[in-house]
Amino acid sequence: MAFSANDWIAFLPETILVLFALVVTLLAAWAGDNPKGRQLVRQTVLLAYALALVAVMVGQPERTELFNGLFVAGGVLSWFKGLVLAGAFAAGWMTTQKWDEGVERAEYPLLVLLASLGMCLMISANDLMALYMGLELQSLPLFVIAAMRTRSLKSSEAGLKYFLLGALSSGMLLYGASLIYGFVGTTSFAGIAETLAAGPASAGVTVGLVFLLSGLAFKISAAPFHMWTPDVYEGAPTPVTALFAIAPKVAAMALLLSVTHYAFGPIAAQWSQVLVALSVASMLVGAFGALRQTDIKRMMAYSSIAHMGYALIGLAAGTAEGASGVLIYMTTYLVMGAGSFAIIMSMRRDETPVQKISDLAGASSTHPLLAAGMMLVMFSMAGIPPLAGFFGKWYVFVAAVNAGLIPLAVIGVLASVVGAFYYLRIIRLMYFQEPDETLDHGMPRQNQAVLLASLAVIVLFVFAIGPLRDYASQAVQELTGNLAVYSAVSSASYSG
Amino acid sequence: MLSDWPILSLLTFLPLAGVLFLLLIRGDDQTVSTNSRLVALWVSGFIFFVSLYLYFAFDPAQPGYQFEEQASWIKGGGINYHMGVDGISMPFILLATFLTPLSILASWSIKHRVRDYMIAFLVLETMMIGMFASLDMLMFYLFFEGVLIPMFLIIGVWGGPRRVYAAFKFFLYTLAGSVLMLVCMMAMFVQEGTTDIPALQLASFAPALQFWLFLGFFASFAVKVPMWPVHTWLPDAHVEAPTAGSMILAGVLLKMGGYGFIRFSLPMFPDASAFFAPYIFALSVIAVIYTSLVALAQSDMKKLIAYSSVAHMGFVTIGIFSFTEQGLSGAMFQMISHGLVSAALFFCVGVVYDRLHTREIKAYGGVADVMPRYAAWFMLMMLASVGLPGTSGFVGEMLVLVGAWQASGLTAVLAATGLILGAVYMLWLYRRVVFGRAESQAVLEMAPLARREVMIFVPLALFVIWLGVFPALLLDVMNPLIAQMISQLGSLAPASAKAF
Repeated sequence: MAFSANDWIAFLPETILVLFALVVTLLAAWAGDNPKGRQLVRQTVLLAYALALVAVMVGQPERTELFNGLFVAGGVLSWFKGLVLAGAFAAGWMTTQKWDEGVERAEYPLLVLLASLGMCLMISANDLMALYMGLELQSLPLFVIAAMRTRSLKSSEAGLKYFLLGALSSGMLLYGASLIYGFVGTTSFAGIAETLAAGPASAGVTVGLVFLLSGLAFKISAAPFHMWTPDVYEGAPTPVTALFAIAPKVAAMALLLSVTHYAFGPIAAQWSQVLVALSVASMLVGAFGALRQTDIKRMMAYSSIAHMGYALIGLAAGTAEGASGVLIYMTTYLVMGAGSFAIIMSMRRDETPVQKISDLAGASSTHPLLAAGMMLVMFSMAGIPPLAGFFGKWYVFVAAVNAGLIPLAVIGVLASVVGAFYYLRIIRLMYFQEPDETLDHGMPRQNQAVLLASLAVIVLFVFAIGPLRDYASQAVQELTGNLAVYSAVSSASYSG
Repeated sequence: MLSDWPILSLLTFLPLAGVLFLLLIRGDDQTVSTNSRLVALWVSGFIFFVSLYLYFAFDPAQPGYQFEEQASWIKGGGINYHMGVDGISMPFILLATFLTPLSILASWSIKHRVRDYMIAFLVLETMMIGMFASLDMLMFYLFFEGVLIPMFLIIGVWGGPRRVYAAFKFFLYTLAGSVLMLVCMMAMFVQEGTTDIPALQLASFAPALQFWLFLGFFASFAVKVPMWPVHTWLPDAHVEAPTAGSMILAGVLLKMGGYGFIRFSLPMFPDASAFFAPYIFALSVIAVIYTSLVALAQSDMKKLIAYSSVAHMGFVTIGIFSFTEQGLSGAMFQMISHGLVSAALFFCVGVVYDRLHTREIKAYGGVADVMPRYAAWFMLMMLASVGLPGTSGFVGEMLVLVGAWQASGLTAVLAATGLILGAVYMLWLYRRVVFGRAESQAVLEMAPLARREVMIFVPLALFVIWLGVFPALLLDVMNPLIAQMISQLGSLAPASAKAF
């Protein structure tokens, strides 16, 4: 049971986050109410993300199992880990401006740091135990920060709702995991895949898998497990919402990818149907739910439900192509989320944050750059080419068509037309209407930087899609090897 | 040498260079507005002159695509940057580069956010040229959909009172059609492993698959053309759009649908095209007759011309699916001619609208007394729209009817009644607006045509007459290609199309 030095090197990003979490705990206790101390805490946490990001980038290129197969690092997981850390960095950086609502407390950056650590562990999980550990480490801090605005009823409600539903979903997930362990006899992903490849799976595994998927669906807020999302998005302080919109779903999607394609790859036919159902439900709930929202954060919640539906199309395809589509999709999702929340976070009137969609009315004449940025993000989210959002959709839909899921692709594109309607609504407000009351001027420079970076990616994605697609289709190979077993088995059973 | 230049990419992306210039303009509002107009006009005018090179260097006798450019884009994915033109797409590029400076010149009356307006127009030009020059299906789709962004803003920001409704209707209608085409494109990509248009034109899809692919593409192109019954977005969009927006919308954007039919549907799904031809004839005949009658009942000038566009585009779809040389070249000719004539007609409306701020027909009357030269230009364009011999409108409709007659006599007869109705509503419109007594004092006080406005009419009229008396100007460019296309389709068409 000895761990080699290699394990620790490959585990460097997580190690960095753990060490910093320990340091920051002390620092936060010392900082207390001191504004300077709090700023120091925030900056230290940013440093932690940056260092971890560097460690991810220079780290292990190939997929390697660590700690006797409990975790895994490298390969396509590095990409997702990089996305999560970059997202956490962007969200944290934008919070270094003056904020109240509880977000200014020294505990806040610490909790986000712990959650980010949880996300990295989720992505690295290669065992049901590790999966649960990462998931809980991610969820518990998020429960707390959702309720960070202690004096607001909505924030408390959001936190409580999130916690109760989250606990329920964790329970389902654990129950599923125990069933799987019972019927397969191992908790390791590799072991599960091996057993399932060897022979036909018993019904118990399928039942366990459905429970496991339900728990994970809750984390990515796929319908019908999406109920918490609009309330949490609306009730939580805006920086928290920004974080929610950017990082955790990428991590949960990466985890879902490893669980389905790697661990349960040999029984792709079983989970594919579940994912198709989740995907259709999410796309429809997301598209139609957003139509009538007046709160921009609630609208973004439904928008993110819809986006998860599209990403699930790629997973449901159950092919390497679909997996690489998910990678591309989640990349664009993260970038667009960061861009939109850079704007939403800077929506203030008389120094108070506002979050009604109608607050953006006439922004194009009072805040031309903000409006132009928001317009590009919205067109991109609607999937209008040549912006980034289109390419994510193109690759997941192509994978679905290739896998014979044409009805799913058709539902998807039609839902995207409905979705276009509410994204256009925002553009309409900003461009086709005159302002009533104007928003405060002056976007904090952190937000400006995040917004500009995000816009650059959105507009120039046309040039990046070639290399990114090549990378994605290479990188997912090692994760999707087990799917080949499935198709080999199923074609063998057809011929037999 | 100029021939070594990537001329198509240059044309496509030059307008974006103009956008950069526009962004650099500094100064107070007045200066920015004036300079923006001039920059946009000069840039788009320059692009037109560059695009003339395409016409003169083009060799109609040479089969295949010319001025081809290829570069790897999504290398492993079988998707490449591929541009090129043939006798079908080259005239459309010229149409786009020709109409853009004229529409910009027609936009002098825009006073509000001029810079943004000009940016939208130049971006629109990039999208239009890129779409006609693309030889890769994904690129085609990028440009095809990309058009929606600037057009949505042009209608929504600078449009009339119901602009929001019109802009949304335009966007969502077109998007809903296009996404179905997108799914079909994916299916083709999955089957052939490439999105290269020339390669896909050589590929043969199974008839059962063609059936669905045709329908998917049809959903998109039929909305764009627009064909009855999915034409309802067009009158709204036209009525609310600013004059120049209507000019480009009618002049170029509608042609994207017809171009799509010729570029994709006919060569890639020949069996399905032959199968659906009778249905398309039926829809087109309904469009020609029904929308002509609807046009007759309009009280709004722009709406009337918008409905007349639907009727004229009905001829285009009849011509395309007649599977005859005359029909197809007639459809092409009609599209180019309608591009010029409808743009001119919308400008005619714009001229009086700028003076009286109403498009109600009954608010006018007696315009000939105050603006005699305007009355003359309007008459020329009106007669070209009706299809008077000697104007470009005649050649296109004549060829389409000849082609349609070979394919289905009944269709030709019914479509010909559309010509009569067309003459009725246009002449009636002209009489009510231009002749008679002025309805109000305001009409009598309308200013005569400005030199800027004459400068828009002159080139449009020049080409309308030139193409009318010398159609070879255009026909010579495309006929060899059309003959070749028809001979490839030849065996399929008559039997099934006659069934109607």
